[in-house]
Amino acid sequence: MKKAIEFKSVKKNYKQLKAVDGISLTVEQGEFFGLLGPNGAGKSTMINMLAGLVRPSSGSINVMGFDVLKDYQNARHSVGIVPQELVFDPFFNVREMLRFQAGYFGKGKSNDEWIDEIIGRLDLTDKKSTNMRMLSGGMKRRALIAQALVHRPPVIVLDEPTAGVDVELRQRLWAFIKELNKEGHTIILTTHYLEEAETLCNRVGMMRSGKLVALDTTKNLLKKFAAKNLKLRLNLDKKNGSPLSLAGIQYSLSDDWFTFELKKISDVASIIDKLKQKNIEILDMETVDPDLENVFLKLTRKKV
Amino acid sequence: MNSLESQIIGTWTLLKKELLRFWRVAFQTVAAPVISGILYLLIFSHVLDGRIEVYDGVPYMAFLIPGLIMMSLLQNAFSNSSSSLIQAKVMGNIVFLLLTPLSYLQLYFSLLVASIARGIFVGICIFFISIFYIDLPIENPFIVFLFAFLGGGLMGSFGIIAGVWAERFDQMAAFGNFVIMPLSMLSGVFYSIHSLSPFWQKVSHLNPFFYMIDGFRYGFFGQSDTSPYLSLLIVTLFFIILAFITIRMLKSGYKLRG
Repeated sequence: MKKAIEFKSVKKNYKQLKAVDGISLTVEQGEFFGLLGPNGAGKSTMINMLAGLVRPSSGSINVMGFDVLKDYQNARHSVGIVPQELVFDPFFNVREMLRFQAGYFGKGKSNDEWIDEIIGRLDLTDKKSTNMRMLSGGMKRRALIAQALVHRPPVIVLDEPTAGVDVELRQRLWAFIKELNKEGHTIILTTHYLEEAETLCNRVGMMRSGKLVALDTTKNLLKKFAAKNLKLRLNLDKKNGSPLSLAGIQYSLSDDWFTFELKKISDVASIIDKLKQKNIEILDMETVDPDLENVFLKLTRKKV
Repeated sequence: MNSLESQIIGTWTLLKKELLRFWRVAFQTVAAPVISGILYLLIFSHVLDGRIEVYDGVPYMAFLIPGLIMMSLLQNAFSNSSSSLIQAKVMGNIVFLLLTPLSYLQLYFSLLVASIARGIFVGICIFFISIFYIDLPIENPFIVFLFAFLGGGLMGSFGIIAGVWAERFDQMAAFGNFVIMPLSMLSGVFYSIHSLSPFWQKVSHLNPFFYMIDGFRYGFFGQSDTSPYLSLLIVTLFFIILAFITIRMLKSGYKLRG
């Protein structure tokens, strides 16, 4: 089976800056893949190269087996991109815009039924004759998603699709995108909402300074990099130095809660013992499950 | 996946969108230049008609009309492609075109034909209003159409070059104010270059707008300042050069793809 996406030793340099530094990455058909990283990590450059908006300095990129430069027409037929910015053409209404976009991909009137279906599924039916200028931010975002789907691409790339979208709409968009994934579309997602990547993505790639610093299933990444945490509220006067550091316990402090990273569950007993030895009283206690945010922070803060 | 049929649909869709884009704001893109052209006609003919006869047996007002038609045609052909591209670039919606499988030749063809269409449409409107004022002979309709088509194509291509190159509206305005406007005003729209000093006659011969307007006018009166064949040759040559540059720019993705 053809790979949905294949980056082979891809580099993109802007003069001295290495925006993407030799990345090789494969996404299989039907995957829900998350590409994460802090601002400036190179995620958007990766997506722009995939879309043909930016040319790689070296290496090659294939979409459904088609090279994005040498066989760009077939590659672009295979991918639908939802851009990060809320861009729109102010001259036309939603339905006209979708029909034009489908037409650019060689889809004629026979595609109108599909356009109406997408309009319906994205709750845009009431707005289909409204000029794009008159839509709210959330509506514009839905129209952008619809635009990426008009030519029925097998691969859908969403670049920060829920940025600035309210919670209710975000949930509805995710439900819709999950449905598309179930229908067989490969989904590539970049997002800053890590809990969403954790919930939705089967596999995650994390980028830092143009390099891929982690690439694994979400489950494995959590297992490998994210430890369970113990959170304690202590009867401790923070002004009088830090007896915890003296006791050799690593912790972080936030809103009166001391957080200790557990390498293994038996660490709980040893921490409590050390606190007892220092006569520090425990006022409250809870354990916190690992999350992708911990992995993300660990991997992207290193050497920064 | 990318059959001939799908390429034809893609090209036609972009052409239709470009035509609709100017038609939706026809008050600005058609009515305004037609009114400007008619105002030029009324003012200049009021001041100069009966005092100047540029060609034998051709009243000044009649002389003026083909020049005004062609000047408006050229300016509007330029405006159509250049404004479409600069607006799309500044607003960011150019991405919708760049993400599609449309080739550089499809892009060029659609933008070019829409530019020619708008230029010719504005020209036809001025022509039909003008003939209410004066009988205008058309000696050779084929020559009229040929120069209209070539002039529109040349300026449509020039508009694409300007639209691709410019990154801001003020850069585009500079193109209009400092290149298009002086070249069109000093091209013999309002006068025959034979009325100029030898030096300025030579300068006028360096202006490609002069050949477009002179050749177009020949189609109406069978008379012109210079040989219509020379005009046809120069206009065709300029069109080919600009088409070549435009296609190269679109193919390379200059200022469009990083």
